[in-house]
Amino acid sequence: MRALLLRDLRLAFRAGGGFGLGLAFFLLVAVLVPLGVGPEPATLAKIAPGILWVGALLACLLSLDRIFALDFEDGSLDLLATSPIPLEGVVAVKAFAHWLVTGLPLTLVAPVLGVLLNLPGPGYLWLVASLAAGTPALSVIGAFGAALTVGIKRGGLLLSLLVLPLYVPTLIFGAEVVKRGAAGAEVSVPLLLLAGITAGALALLPFAAAAAIRVNLR
Amino acid sequence: MSLWEYANPKKFMQLSAGVLPWVGGLTAVCLIVGLVWGFFLTPDDFRQGSTVKIIFLHVPSAMMAINAWVMMLVASLIWLIRRHHVSALAAKAAAPVGLTFTAIALVTGALWGQPMWGTWWAWDPRLTAFLILALFYLGYIALWQAVEDPDTAADLTAVLCMVGSVFAVLSRYAVKFWNQGLHQDSTILKVGEKDPIAPAFYVPLVVCIAGFVLLFVLLVLMRTRTEIRARRLSALLARERLA
Repeated sequence: MRALLLRDLRLAFRAGGGFGLGLAFFLLVAVLVPLGVGPEPATLAKIAPGILWVGALLACLLSLDRIFALDFEDGSLDLLATSPIPLEGVVAVKAFAHWLVTGLPLTLVAPVLGVLLNLPGPGYLWLVASLAAGTPALSVIGAFGAALTVGIKRGGLLLSLLVLPLYVPTLIFGAEVVKRGAAGAEVSVPLLLLAGITAGALALLPFAAAAAIRVNLR
Repeated sequence: MSLWEYANPKKFMQLSAGVLPWVGGLTAVCLIVGLVWGFFLTPDDFRQGSTVKIIFLHVPSAMMAINAWVMMLVASLIWLIRRHHVSALAAKAAAPVGLTFTAIALVTGALWGQPMWGTWWAWDPRLTAFLILALFYLGYIALWQAVEDPDTAADLTAVLCMVGSVFAVLSRYAVKFWNQGLHQDSTILKVGEKDPIAPAFYVPLVVCIAGFVLLFVLLVLMRTRTEIRARRLSALLARERLA
């Protein structure tokens, strides 16, 4: 399993792996939104939590089809399916690798973009905390969507249509944590619910994704 | 003799052919009686005027929008567990019907909301949850259309339907958390209150709900029969190509 994780990370970091693409996209969102809505600090402070979360979510979406598609095309997914690791484990490892190259950097970079969007002071800690708690759910839900669409040519658009509705609860609770944190209010309820969604998704979705991959490899 | 005999497409076609005219007739009777009664023979509401009458379309279609998804979930489970093709085709057939009911509920709600709330749309939990439900329907239908092999498509959409159900319920409660509501709670199912709705409205509403349930059954049966015929046709064509 560790070999698989290292292999996925190496593939992502080397040329053409798309590492950094999500980060660049996230940066662009944070730059484009003030250009669109105007530079008033009060307006930006108000919408910053939502924009940062939506931006992170879309950046995460961007690289989802890479989780399985390339391995499906060159046949390594068949090898992984017949390997001694259960397919559920393969899905979990690949989702984890996806999180390491997208979710984690997004979480680390988000405070910098918070400055650009004039996020109020107490919000930074909760921005990082909510992204750290929520982005694993984005990766594993995305892995499920990618598993469903892996056999479809040009399935990228369909993948977004399938995955975005599934992202709704994560987005609501994640943005709520930052909004409340920025306003100095109590954040424990949405943060716990967010962590609950992540834990539930991590526990259940690898099974659904593995079932979908088995169907697609038939 | 068991229920599963009707999982045989031939048996299903025989049974549904016999049942269809009856369901169709009952649907027509219920809908005509319910809607005419509701629209023309009930009094105007004290405050809402005649706009209250949109309830006879709005409430039944909203109920069926959710029930259709539940039916798809049950049919998907039957397909995954017992591999009956009719079940998978019924789930496929129900999805566009459910989407249409969702759209009717949203549109009639907007038409009522404009004079009553002063807005076509509000980011109210119920409205938002319905919009998200419509997105789930769209994704489900799109996945059916995108996958070429019918059995693969049936498997994948069934898995999507199960996961989607969990997330649809989660979203429902998440949006409740996210915003306070403008939409009133459901009145029909209020327990313990005597006559939550005036009987003059209640009876035609129940007739309309029965009509919408029957309409759903009718449309799903018809669409399932079409799907079975399409499946037979492609099997025939494939056989001819081999011969």
